[in-house]
Amino acid sequence: MDELLNILTELHPDIDFDKEENLIGDKILDSFDIVTIIAEVSDVFDVAIPAQDIVEENFNSAKALYALIKRLEEEDD
Amino acid sequence: MKNRKFRFIISLTVTVLLFVFVCYLAQCILMPKYTGIRKEGALISEYYDEVKDHDVIIIGDCEVYENISPITLWEEYGITSYIRGSAQMLVWHSYYILEETLKYEKPDVVIFNVLAMKYNEPQSEAYNRMFLDGMKLSSTKLKAIKVSMTEEETTLSYLAPIFRFHSRWDELTGEDFKYMFGVPKVSHNGYLMRCDIKPLEGLPAVRNPEFTDFGENAYAYLDKITSLCKENDIELLLIKSPSVYPHWYDEWDQQIVDYAAQNGLQYVNTLKLQSTIGIDMTTDTYDAGLHLNLYGAEKFSKWLGQYLQDTYNVADHRNDPELSARYEQKVAAYYKEKAQQESEIAEYGCLKMFKDHKEND
Amino acid sequence: MLFTSLGFLVFLAVLIPLYFLVPKKIQWIVLLVANAFFYVYAGTRGLIFISVTIVTTYIATMVISHLYASQEKYLKDNKESLSKEAKKAYKNKMQQKRRLVMILCAVVSFGIIAVMKYSGLFLRGTEFAQSLSLILPLGISYYTFQTMGYLIDVYRGTYSPEKNIFKLALFTSFFPLLLQGPITRFGDIGKQLYEPHTFNMRNFTYGLERILWGYFKKVVIADRILIAVKAIISEPDEYNGVYVLCGMVFYAIQLYCDFTGGIDITIGIAQILGISLPENFLRPFFSKNIAEYWRRWHISLGVWFREYLFYPISVSKPLLKLSKFTRNKIGNGIGMRIPVYVATVTVWFITGLWHGSAWNFIVWGLLNAAIIIISEELSPLYAKFHSHFPGLKQKWLYRLFEIGRMFFIMCSLRVLDCYRNVGTAFKAYSTIFTRFNYNILTDGSLLKLGLGVLDYVVVFCGVALIITISLLQRTGSIRDKIAKKPIGIQMAIFAALLFIILIFGAYGIGYDSSQFIYTEF
Repeated sequence: MDELLNILTELHPDIDFDKEENLIGDKILDSFDIVTIIAEVSDVFDVAIPAQDIVEENFNSAKALYALIKRLEEEDD
Repeated sequence: MKNRKFRFIISLTVTVLLFVFVCYLAQCILMPKYTGIRKEGALISEYYDEVKDHDVIIIGDCEVYENISPITLWEEYGITSYIRGSAQMLVWHSYYILEETLKYEKPDVVIFNVLAMKYNEPQSEAYNRMFLDGMKLSSTKLKAIKVSMTEEETTLSYLAPIFRFHSRWDELTGEDFKYMFGVPKVSHNGYLMRCDIKPLEGLPAVRNPEFTDFGENAYAYLDKITSLCKENDIELLLIKSPSVYPHWYDEWDQQIVDYAAQNGLQYVNTLKLQSTIGIDMTTDTYDAGLHLNLYGAEKFSKWLGQYLQDTYNVADHRNDPELSARYEQKVAAYYKEKAQQESEIAEYGCLKMFKDHKEND
Repeated sequence: MLFTSLGFLVFLAVLIPLYFLVPKKIQWIVLLVANAFFYVYAGTRGLIFISVTIVTTYIATMVISHLYASQEKYLKDNKESLSKEAKKAYKNKMQQKRRLVMILCAVVSFGIIAVMKYSGLFLRGTEFAQSLSLILPLGISYYTFQTMGYLIDVYRGTYSPEKNIFKLALFTSFFPLLLQGPITRFGDIGKQLYEPHTFNMRNFTYGLERILWGYFKKVVIADRILIAVKAIISEPDEYNGVYVLCGMVFYAIQLYCDFTGGIDITIGIAQILGISLPENFLRPFFSKNIAEYWRRWHISLGVWFREYLFYPISVSKPLLKLSKFTRNKIGNGIGMRIPVYVATVTVWFITGLWHGSAWNFIVWGLLNAAIIIISEELSPLYAKFHSHFPGLKQKWLYRLFEIGRMFFIMCSLRVLDCYRNVGTAFKAYSTIFTRFNYNILTDGSLLKLGLGVLDYVVVFCGVALIITISLLQRTGSIRDKIAKKPIGIQMAIFAALLFIILIFGAYGIGYDSSQFIYTEF
């Protein structure tokens, strides 16, 4: 989780990703950010987030994103 | 709940009625007013105000409504006649205007001017509008609309002309409001008076006609005119008015001669009778041979009246007190306009409406 | 059948009562028949192509769904016996099968577009290309993209496919969407199309209001100003300098009113039928930068390209590899963004193509990408600038500047859309900076473009009205506000709008009857 928070904070240092629950809805993350995050995540966690998982619910909070990563890791195993 | 529904229905009814009414008023204002130099657009609708008991009905284009004077026919022969003509009236227009006229009255003789035979297809939206917008709504009008429309026209725009003339909002003048419910009378039993003179000074060289045979469509409606007259026991007289331009070719003339012979009709090409009639194209035309002016029209009408009396024995009604009284007024209006026009010409060198038009331009 | 044709109004006047009078069970069939009629009216040849798309998509989605089902069954049946690796291998195998089916199907439909629409790009002027463009099926770009979106969603397992081919046909051919979109996702309207709907007075009045508003924008403003736009772009040599500047503004007005007006009519019709469509515009001219503009203008197209092209490209293996490579070689800053930019350029190249099979659209698309990338690269600079002037961003004058800047950029790009030739477009645009014929604004030259003073007044008032409405919209729906008024006033507003359209609409003889611009795409 901390690794994920690092990635996110690097992108938007002014956002408290622990608390934000509506990153997409509030337009904090745009499509460029999302793609950048996915690239970083694939590097750090070694999971590929497929296009069909790029939906609002998965990216609205750090928690949701982390859950997605965990799910993909499990499926991969 | 019931109350709400009631209120809704009332509001809807009132709104719809008001909307239609406002649109109607707007339409009255927006429709072109055929006054001044475009009086011919008002001809068709004027007929409805007449007492309809004419012995002779004349149908056709400007070669009738500029060249024949029913007032002269009355004065000289006691013939009651009316011209149902409009600008560039095509053969099907003529047929439908005859069909409509016969709903109101049954004349003894119908005269049709054959120049329009040269047109086989719808020609001009503007002239269609002058003709069709003048007609009262009837089944005849609907049929006329159908056959008259040029490509881009729609039936709807004839039923509700606001769809056609809505864009005139930016060219409205005081006249459009003044005459929104109708323009003053412009004709004398369908005759549009012109007293000015512009002599004929030679014509363009006559080329070969673009075609020799009249079109199928034109013939079809001429046939319909012929049979409509036969059914109603009306004598049909075909004439070619004495206007020298547009050129009336011998090939065309021959076709009408043949047609008249086949159908047992009279046909007179009055172009060949110019000297008999006494028409002098240096004084009797207002636009160098296209149309006759009043002096020409009176001469032509005198000849025509004689012909009608000789050939069809058309009645002389001058002893009918009621008709005499009615025509007394018409004759007075006729001479009043004639005097008016002559004084304008003396003063301005042309009719005042042209002077005004030029100044406005 | 165009939205502005009398035939279309008659079509609606028959369809709407019919839709609510028939038994609820067959309502969707009425819609389908209406679609078929609408399509046949536009020419029977187009019917073949849309049918091919419907049938192939139906087969493909059914196969994909079958593959999903058998995969599930197989895994369940062999839960114990299979090793993890075997499961994974099996899953991959099945995934590849589904992928193949999806790609085959997409190739058919996109192939039709490619041949019909884009062969002209390379075969310009040949008879073959001309004959193809003549039979270009109605709304092909819209229904193909909409249906392919559905195909991809089924492939991704987002939803299970529609089992009734006629229901799929209804989704593909829903007539209000055919002329200019919005490109709607199955999840948004699929269910609504087949559900029974009862007549609802609120939907009816709201829908009708929206339709009237659409016609107002389209017929009164867009079609009127179009006359001047056409005059300017038809003579690039004569009308240059400030004329081009005027043309840019006029075209912005024209395009906005034409396109959003058409969408208003589309959404209004659907609303009357009880079907709620997603919005396609969100006051785009109030955007502060081009990226925001594209999130607010033609939203459905932007969403399509983002969901089905931008994301898949961005997260594809080659791009992730590239990302790793550039980050290692160039560093975290720009190295991180290069892959995104690659995806951006690709997407905009195709967006350009979508708009038209001509080079000017491709250049237009690439310029859009360039501006987006440049502004992204400049954003640290902006941030620095704003840190020196805190609070500036909140000043309304600065916001106005941002909106004006965005408007100018978008207008500039659209010059490529006006002059359908790249060279002419650049030449015309460059005269803005070389020829300062500002006197044309005052010496009556603008009155020689086919519009009179009063026409400009109508356009000006219309635009002022639209801006006012847009500003009011920010505090809530205008139609909600109208609905609270007494019924008499509601109807008066209605009648007044209709009357204005009737009188001031640029329709009928004397005006060019223009098609909605976006129908061509």
